[in-house]
Amino acid sequence: MYEFDWSSIPGALPFLWEGMKISLEITLTAVVIGIVWGTLLAMMRLSSFRPLSWFAAGYVNLFRAVPLVMVLLWFFLIVPKFIEQLFGLPPGSDLRLTSAMIGFALFESAYYSEIIRAGIQSVPKGQMAACSALGMTYGQAMRLVILPQAFRNMVPLLLTQAIILFQDTSLVYVSALADFFGAAYKVGDRDGRLVEMLLFAGAVYFVICYTASQIVKRLQKKYHPA
Amino acid sequence: MSYQWNWGVFLQPSASGDDTYLGWMLAGFKMTIGLSLTAWVLALLLGALIGVLRTVPNRALAGFATGYVELFRNIPLLVQLFIWYFVLPELLPESLGNLYKQSNPLLQQFLASMICLALFTSARVAEQVRAGINSLPKGQKNAGLALGFTLPQTYRFVLLPMAFRLVVPPLTSEFLNIFKNSAVCSTIGLLELAAQGRQLVDYTAQPYESFIAVTLAYLLINVTVMFLMHRFERRIVVPGYIGGK
Repeated sequence: MYEFDWSSIPGALPFLWEGMKISLEITLTAVVIGIVWGTLLAMMRLSSFRPLSWFAAGYVNLFRAVPLVMVLLWFFLIVPKFIEQLFGLPPGSDLRLTSAMIGFALFESAYYSEIIRAGIQSVPKGQMAACSALGMTYGQAMRLVILPQAFRNMVPLLLTQAIILFQDTSLVYVSALADFFGAAYKVGDRDGRLVEMLLFAGAVYFVICYTASQIVKRLQKKYHPA
Repeated sequence: MSYQWNWGVFLQPSASGDDTYLGWMLAGFKMTIGLSLTAWVLALLLGALIGVLRTVPNRALAGFATGYVELFRNIPLLVQLFIWYFVLPELLPESLGNLYKQSNPLLQQFLASMICLALFTSARVAEQVRAGINSLPKGQKNAGLALGFTLPQTYRFVLLPMAFRLVVPPLTSEFLNIFKNSAVCSTIGLLELAAQGRQLVDYTAQPYESFIAVTLAYLLINVTVMFLMHRFERRIVVPGYIGGK
C-alpha cells in the first residue's frame, strides 16, 4: 500500500498562499471586467442597430466555441508581444499574469454577457415602454430601471459563474504560472510528494467552492423563495 | 510585427519523418473526437443513473447521489485529471498499480482522460436529468403509483420517457462542453488537438498558423454538433411542451 507523508505541506503553506493570491487576483479581475464588458456586450446584442448586435453575437459565439485552454494559449502568445510594443518593454518581460488576466476577462465576458442578456430580457417589456412614456432616454431607462432589476435577478447566476471561473483559473498551469494549483504541483514535484499535494489541492478547492456554492444557494432562497 | 506567414508548413514532412504536419493535426482531431465521444457515452449512462437516484425517496441513495454531484462539481477539471493520472495508480493495490504503470503510456493517458471527462461530465448530466424529472407535474408520479405501478415501474413507464426527452436541449450544451474540456487533457501529454497544435509550434516556430488551424477545428466541431443536435431535438420534441411548437 502507498504510505502517505503529509509533512511537506506545513512548510509549503506560505508559498501556496502566494499562489492562492494569484488565483484570487485573476478571478477578481475577470469577474469585474467580465461583468462590465459583459453588460455592454449584452446591450449591444439586444440593440436594434444591426452591426452592433452582429459584433456582439460573433464575439460571444466565438469565445464560447473555443476551449479555454486554447484561448489562454492565444493570449499568452499575443498579449506579451502587443504590450511590449505598446510600452516599449524589453522582449521577454514576464507578462504571463497580465496575459492570464486579460484572457480570462475577455473569455468570461462572453459567458457573463449571456447571463446578463437573459436577465435583461426577463424584465417585462412594459417597463421599457413606461420609461419611454415618461420621457426617459434609452440610457436613463437602462441605468435607472432595467439594469437594477435585471442584476437583482441575476446575482445567484453571476456568483455561480464566478465559482466556475475560480476553478478554471487552475488552467494557467499551461503557462507554468504559479497559481494555487501550480504552486501545489511544484512543491509536490520537488519533494516527490505529488500524490499528497494533488489530493491536498483538490480538498482545498472543494472546501472553498462547496462553501461558496452553499452560500449562493442560501442567497437564492432568501431573494427568490420558491 | 514582422511575422513570416507560411501556410505551406502543414504540407512539410513532420519531425518524425513519416508524416506531414497536417497529418499530426488530423491525428489530434481524431483523438479529440474519439476521446470525447467515448467519454460522452459513459457520462450519459452514469449521469442518467445518478440523476434518477437524486430524485428517489430513499435518503441513503439520494444522499450518495448528491455527494457524487457535489464532489465532481467543486473540484477543477485539471485537478481531477491530475488525480486520476498521477494519484490513482499509486493508491491501487501494488500488483494492479504496477500492471497499469507498465502498460503503454498512451493507454494510460487515454484511460485517465476518459475516466476524468466521463465522471466530470456525468455530474453535470445528472443535474440536468434531475431537473428534467422534477419539472414534470407531481401528479404524474402519483397517478403512476395510484394505478398500481411500483416505484421503479413508475420511473420506467411514466417519468423517464418524458424526462429524457425534455433534457435533450440542455444536454446539447454539455455535449459541446465535453469536446472543449477534452483540450485540458493536453496537460498530461495526451496528443489531442490542442496538444498537437502546441507541438507543431515547438517544431516549426509558426504559432499563428498552428493556433488558427486548431481554433478552426474546434469551431468546426462546434458547428457540426449544434447542427446534428438541432435536428435531433426537432425529432424528439414533446408536442405542446416547452420548446414544442
